[in-house]
Amino acid sequence: MNDVSTWAILLWVVLPYAALAIFIVGHIWRWKYDQFGWTSRSTQLQERKMLKWGAPLFHYATFAAIGGHVLGILIPARWVSGIGISEHFYHWFAAIAGNIAAVLVIIGVVVLAARRMFVARVRSATTGVDYLALILLLIIILTGIVPTVVNLFDAYDYRQTVSLWFRGLFSLNPDVSVMTTAPFIYQLHAASAWLIWAVWPFTRLVHAWSYPLWYLWRPYVVFRSRRAKAPSEPGTGGRKWRRIGVPY
Amino acid sequence: MRVMANVSMVMNIDKCIGCHTCTVTCKQTWTNRPGTEYVYFNNVETKPGIGYPKRYEDQEQWHGGWTLDKKGRLQLKAGGRLRKLLSIFYNPDLPTIDDYGDPWTYDYQSVLNAPLGTPNPSAHSISALTGKDMTVQWGSNFEDDLAGAPETALGDPNLKGLEEQVRMEFENVFMFYLPRICEHCLNPSCVASCPSGAMYKREEDGIVLVDQDKCRGWRFCVSGCPYKKVYFNHRTGKAEKCTFCFPRIESGQPTICAETCVGRLRYLGLFLYDADKVLDAAATPDEKDLYQAQLDVFLDPNDPEVEAAAIRDGIPYDWIQAARRSPVYDLAVRHKVALPLHPEYRTLPMVWYVPPLSPVADIVHAQGYDHSDPDRVFATIDSLRIPIDYLANLFTAGDTDLIRSVLRKLTAVRATQRAKQLGLPVDDGLAASVGSTPEDLEDLYRLLAIGKYSDRYVIPPAHAEEAGRLMGQHEQLFCSLDYDGGPGMGGGGPAGPHGISSFQPTGTASAASTFRSNDGHDHFNLLGSTGEAFTAGHTHTHAHQNGAESAVPFWRRKKTPGLAAEAGSA
Repeated sequence: MNDVSTWAILLWVVLPYAALAIFIVGHIWRWKYDQFGWTSRSTQLQERKMLKWGAPLFHYATFAAIGGHVLGILIPARWVSGIGISEHFYHWFAAIAGNIAAVLVIIGVVVLAARRMFVARVRSATTGVDYLALILLLIIILTGIVPTVVNLFDAYDYRQTVSLWFRGLFSLNPDVSVMTTAPFIYQLHAASAWLIWAVWPFTRLVHAWSYPLWYLWRPYVVFRSRRAKAPSEPGTGGRKWRRIGVPY
Repeated sequence: MRVMANVSMVMNIDKCIGCHTCTVTCKQTWTNRPGTEYVYFNNVETKPGIGYPKRYEDQEQWHGGWTLDKKGRLQLKAGGRLRKLLSIFYNPDLPTIDDYGDPWTYDYQSVLNAPLGTPNPSAHSISALTGKDMTVQWGSNFEDDLAGAPETALGDPNLKGLEEQVRMEFENVFMFYLPRICEHCLNPSCVASCPSGAMYKREEDGIVLVDQDKCRGWRFCVSGCPYKKVYFNHRTGKAEKCTFCFPRIESGQPTICAETCVGRLRYLGLFLYDADKVLDAAATPDEKDLYQAQLDVFLDPNDPEVEAAAIRDGIPYDWIQAARRSPVYDLAVRHKVALPLHPEYRTLPMVWYVPPLSPVADIVHAQGYDHSDPDRVFATIDSLRIPIDYLANLFTAGDTDLIRSVLRKLTAVRATQRAKQLGLPVDDGLAASVGSTPEDLEDLYRLLAIGKYSDRYVIPPAHAEEAGRLMGQHEQLFCSLDYDGGPGMGGGGPAGPHGISSFQPTGTASAASTFRSNDGHDHFNLLGSTGEAFTAGHTHTHAHQNGAESAVPFWRRKKTPGLAAEAGSA
């Protein structure tokens, strides 16, 4: 371990665990205190022509990219070969499918980003944290697309390096050395990805966890009873706390 | 039979003068916030006209409401559940802000700060969305009094099949106002369209609401509602809609649009209905039968069987009594003069309309005849195609006979009353010729023309006894330290400087529930003593605080001679 620098520890051990902690605690906090802000904050009302292409392209291509990451990073290479998928086949499948997804996701995100920056109605509905999330997304997408394209010509076997480190994080035994030797673009991609997990709970990205799958089997018309519940402390407007010594 | 209650409204269009007072008071009450500038839970449209948002009634364009599939089963016009989830990133049926009207304000500062002597300084219009200068293109009331009608009104979806005649007869133009709020439907397609399950219909009174904490902004309720009465707050990213002023309804008061209606044309009351019949009624094959199907869903509150079932299903008895006095039931079911707006959307809407006789009367008048002569009006009603067809497209899915029979009845009411007022002989056969009785026509006259406040609004207050009990308990426990034997009871503790007790008039004293006697022990205060007269050792400060001191927390309170003396006596 002596050959591992402090920077490497910070980037490949501290950052992931800190980001994960913020991700989990942040979501619990947001869910408890800000369900009212938990929304996709759609801007389709303001602009629909660009959204029509940008939003579906971006979202569906992102799903494909997430699927690719599950296959390439989360699932060990030997499991993949264990079910009879050869290294050669995996490489070409990943390269072709990955590049299609990459092209679609870049078109989608460019349309969405352009819309957010250049359509006045949408721009005025954009907050600072939206820009933060958008910039991180752009970095992640660009740093993800470059190696995807480069891998067509000059394959780098991330499944023997980055993947091992990533899975090691979850078995509390991350192999930092494989990340220090990984190409810079992979390092940038991984670090910015962890950053977006850290800001996730504080952005509109939380809407991702609310994809309403249960709509498929729920009854159409929902009834609710107006039940009596204990009223809030007078003058608090429902807050359960107040600053000590401050009159209502 | 499963009995449920629904608070409902009937609007008598003949009385609407298009003053927009309902719109303004509703706006001031509910949607005067950022993000809802363009939103009108209540709006008044001039008909014919394309409405707000533009052409919202054309469901071939917007795909709102329900339709029947090939096997005759009810399904959302915009498609099934899976299709919704797949198009969740871009809702193909959502109107844009331009369809409602880009909201604007004015740059008043440029007028206020104009140098002296500037001739006619003008304020630019500024977009409420971007804060930038804009050209005003459209707004919710741009068609008021047929303004711009030669250009826009022919786009009214209700003129389907009538465009040619309207174009030719535009000199004989007719118009009326249509005030609109949420319909609080029995089969609400907005609720069915909401993927998050954030929208719901209240069991007790049928009011349809959006849970602001559960809404995730997927926007399908906006497009799912054929009346476009669910709106997207672009600031919060959540759906909002007409609440039927539920806080007022719960306390037995009419909605703010009804309360402030200048023409007193709105009626509020209960319908009891059979929840088991709703879906079958909505799936009635022929659109023209939907009106009758919905009438069949309503239950007669005077029927002893219905009463027994209602009690069994938990409808409070005072609500059953209110349903018996319901003016909306009288207008819709007993007199059959109120009709649903666009029954063909299959949502079973619960805001009904008495169709206007004035377009017909105006035409009779324009032809030089007496518009209160029933024979003349009857003849006109029978021969007119416009506006009868138009009204039929609005209220009866195209059934013109139904419109004619309602208009005849309204004519009979007018003719009978006119004869009485002028001392002319009353035609005894008139009532029977419109399928009514003289007594019913008299009753209808009272309801429509006199309509006392207490007759127009029969709203039983919500049953909140449980909430009241909780609130009572709460008032007793307003200070968390101040319960029996709690830390607040030991000495000169805070004893509730805040809360309800601090608002007691000076000089009245509340009795503490325990007191410390001279023997040094705590006792229950069974006699309600305030310590004024005989329990000298009582230290509880409630009794001695005056209002001014109570507002200050005890730790900030300066020691006054009175308090010091009291402390000394402890």
